[in-house]
Amino acid sequence: MSKEPLVHISKREEMPFAQAVLVRLAAVLLSLIVCAFVIFILTKLNPVEVYKAIFSGAVGTSRRFWVTIRDSLILLCVAIGLTPAFKMRFWNIGAEGQILMGGCVTAAVMIYAGDSMPTPVLFAAMVAASIVAGMIWGLIPAVFKAIWNTNETLFTLMLNYVAMQIVTFCIVFWENPSGSNTVGIINSKTKIGWLPSLFGMNYGWNVVIVLLLTVGMFIYLKYSKQGYEIAVVGESENTARYVGISVKKVIMRTMAISGAICGLAGFILVSGSSHTISTSTAGGRGFTAIIVAWLSKFNTFTMILVSFFLVFMQKGALQIASQFKLNENASDVITGIILFFILGSEFFINYRLQFRRSGKEA
Amino acid sequence: MRKALSVILASSMVLSLAACGGSKPAETTAAPAETTAAAEETTAAEAGETEAAAEATGEGVAKEDLKVGYIFIGDENEGYTAAHYKGAKEMQEALGLTDDQLIVKWTIPEDETCYDAAVDLADQGCQIIFANSFGHEDYMKQAAEEFPEVEFCHATGYQAASSGLANMHNFFTSIYESRYVSGVVAGLKLNEMMAADSAVVPKIGYVGAFPYAEVISGYTSFFLGVRSVCPEAEMEVTYTNSWASFDLEKEAAEALIADGCVLISQHADTTGAPTACEAAGVPCVGYNISMIATAPNNALTSASINWGPYYTFATKSVLDGTAIPADWCQGYNEGADKITELNEATIAEGTAEKVKEVEDAIKAGELHVFDTATWTVGGKKAEDDAELMEKYKNYIFDGYFHESELSSAPSFDIKIDGITDKTN
Repeated sequence: MSKEPLVHISKREEMPFAQAVLVRLAAVLLSLIVCAFVIFILTKLNPVEVYKAIFSGAVGTSRRFWVTIRDSLILLCVAIGLTPAFKMRFWNIGAEGQILMGGCVTAAVMIYAGDSMPTPVLFAAMVAASIVAGMIWGLIPAVFKAIWNTNETLFTLMLNYVAMQIVTFCIVFWENPSGSNTVGIINSKTKIGWLPSLFGMNYGWNVVIVLLLTVGMFIYLKYSKQGYEIAVVGESENTARYVGISVKKVIMRTMAISGAICGLAGFILVSGSSHTISTSTAGGRGFTAIIVAWLSKFNTFTMILVSFFLVFMQKGALQIASQFKLNENASDVITGIILFFILGSEFFINYRLQFRRSGKEA
Repeated sequence: MRKALSVILASSMVLSLAACGGSKPAETTAAPAETTAAAEETTAAEAGETEAAAEATGEGVAKEDLKVGYIFIGDENEGYTAAHYKGAKEMQEALGLTDDQLIVKWTIPEDETCYDAAVDLADQGCQIIFANSFGHEDYMKQAAEEFPEVEFCHATGYQAASSGLANMHNFFTSIYESRYVSGVVAGLKLNEMMAADSAVVPKIGYVGAFPYAEVISGYTSFFLGVRSVCPEAEMEVTYTNSWASFDLEKEAAEALIADGCVLISQHADTTGAPTACEAAGVPCVGYNISMIATAPNNALTSASINWGPYYTFATKSVLDGTAIPADWCQGYNEGADKITELNEATIAEGTAEKVKEVEDAIKAGELHVFDTATWTVGGKKAEDDAELMEKYKNYIFDGYFHESELSSAPSFDIKIDGITDKTN
């Protein structure tokens, strides 16, 4: 006679919102406790001091706070760009290249047209150029996918390397000083084409642009007809065809939007942050943003929190390296443990565990 | 009807949300704008006061108030940065500073992260900040403009003197001197190999990082050292286009060995080339750190820099309130350059004595590494080439090329006879 299993997993009814938040908070707390043990066992340092250092490194001074904000906004922008594509189950892992193309043309406008245009026109030109460049880079694999059903994962990935080579090629013409293989800070004296401060905040424009995108994308996906079409194509292309949605059109339109936003992220990076261009300008953000989008389940407001958290840990890593000589791998371990617990908590939100009751057997 | 309603609903939501998004930041940021303006005024006033105070007393910084910032491209696992950190510790010991007076930012890439790190160190109260990678320079300059009361010192750069900033400085060491000496060690080894087997062609392979003057000056001085004892030697140079890539350097060394090179040297930061040499049984000369641990049977020695003397000098200048020159470059005399331990298992007989003789001549100023009598371009001595002399008139006089005298970074970028640059 087979025994009833010890643990029985069953799907939960929808958990109340407040309770789900509590579960997630508990997961974060638990993960911090586990991290504390790991830190202590591996490094013999006081974990509270390490946490303090991470905190201080990320938001300890107003300058650090703004740097953290600036970098999380860029990551957020890329994640928002990826969201419509992912929601359509179009695996755009080419954000890196789309950012680079946007950044590259932004740099080009700054270098070639910096002196010849009034400031508002110059910025309009930079924004337009970056959007178009990113859009083209997103459209190429979409067109191939829509018409010949090529594999978009490989296609977008390979386009990253093409974009890197294009940037390398441009650096040959823009390098300053010659022979250095780098562009240096563009217009470092005149600051032409640098995003100015807004409302007294150095990165005010970055905040406004990305927050508008966040809200806009949320509305677009949730309330617009096009957003609904994206969801339908993502769930089932056959259903989409059945109800009369032109799948090809939706794929191309969505990737154009996705690429355009990633291209705009390139503009924000070059004009509003680094003021230079190199093959490492995107710096892996195109890939990190994939994690951000998935962890947030494509909710753009959740993405604000997730991208802030990831950048927070990155900046904290610099500080614990400086203070305790723990290199970035230490903060990767901490980030990994925290993410593991957060992802694990989703299981307990969606499922319940029923233990075998001993009384039943008697 | 329903559709129209939903469109109206959706668009009204868009509007209301957009309105929230637009107006909120404007309201909340108006106040911070005022406070930051006020803060700026007070800091400006403070800065003015401290400047005035410093000028009035002519004094530097009290030792216990001193904070020194470091921005490193790598960490201790990477030879170049390890050498810098060693120099920093040497300075700490020489000046008697405590551990928490040194703030190090590790693995800072050559982008805006460097600027962020520099201004953050200034925020933390550092009076002097060092950065160690070529690509950090623009960002150091940017920070130097913002913090005129903090000294910014950048290794391997060249823009300090022309930047017009009194608090921006470049430093380097006369690494060409130690490369020359390491070349002598390699040349003696070549002589030994040729004596043992008459079929050996004395061709050297050189793994360079980038085709910059820094690398060209480095391999030329190494080659001139080789030629001073082994006049038949030839050299082949390839580039990896990276300062530190184990795989690329290993592959480059393997390719050079396959091309008939019987001795390998390098201007790149990893142990890639010595690893290839140990496998192939080819002697090699390293850079930065001793390669004996990597290639116990084939490493001869390494050309290396000791950054301690500069770090001590510059930091002491801040303590004493004395000026730091825009460019600083010293070599054997100040103990800033040396070669690492000679590997008794590999070196030719009599190497130690010859090395001592050459080092003494360099210290005494009798031996000039880039003596024009020892090299030619297109078969002609430099002095016989009017075009070349016109281009380098500020460098070549008194019978030698005055390396690192006009600015601290190496400037010798002439391709001399006997060296084949494989990428050009």
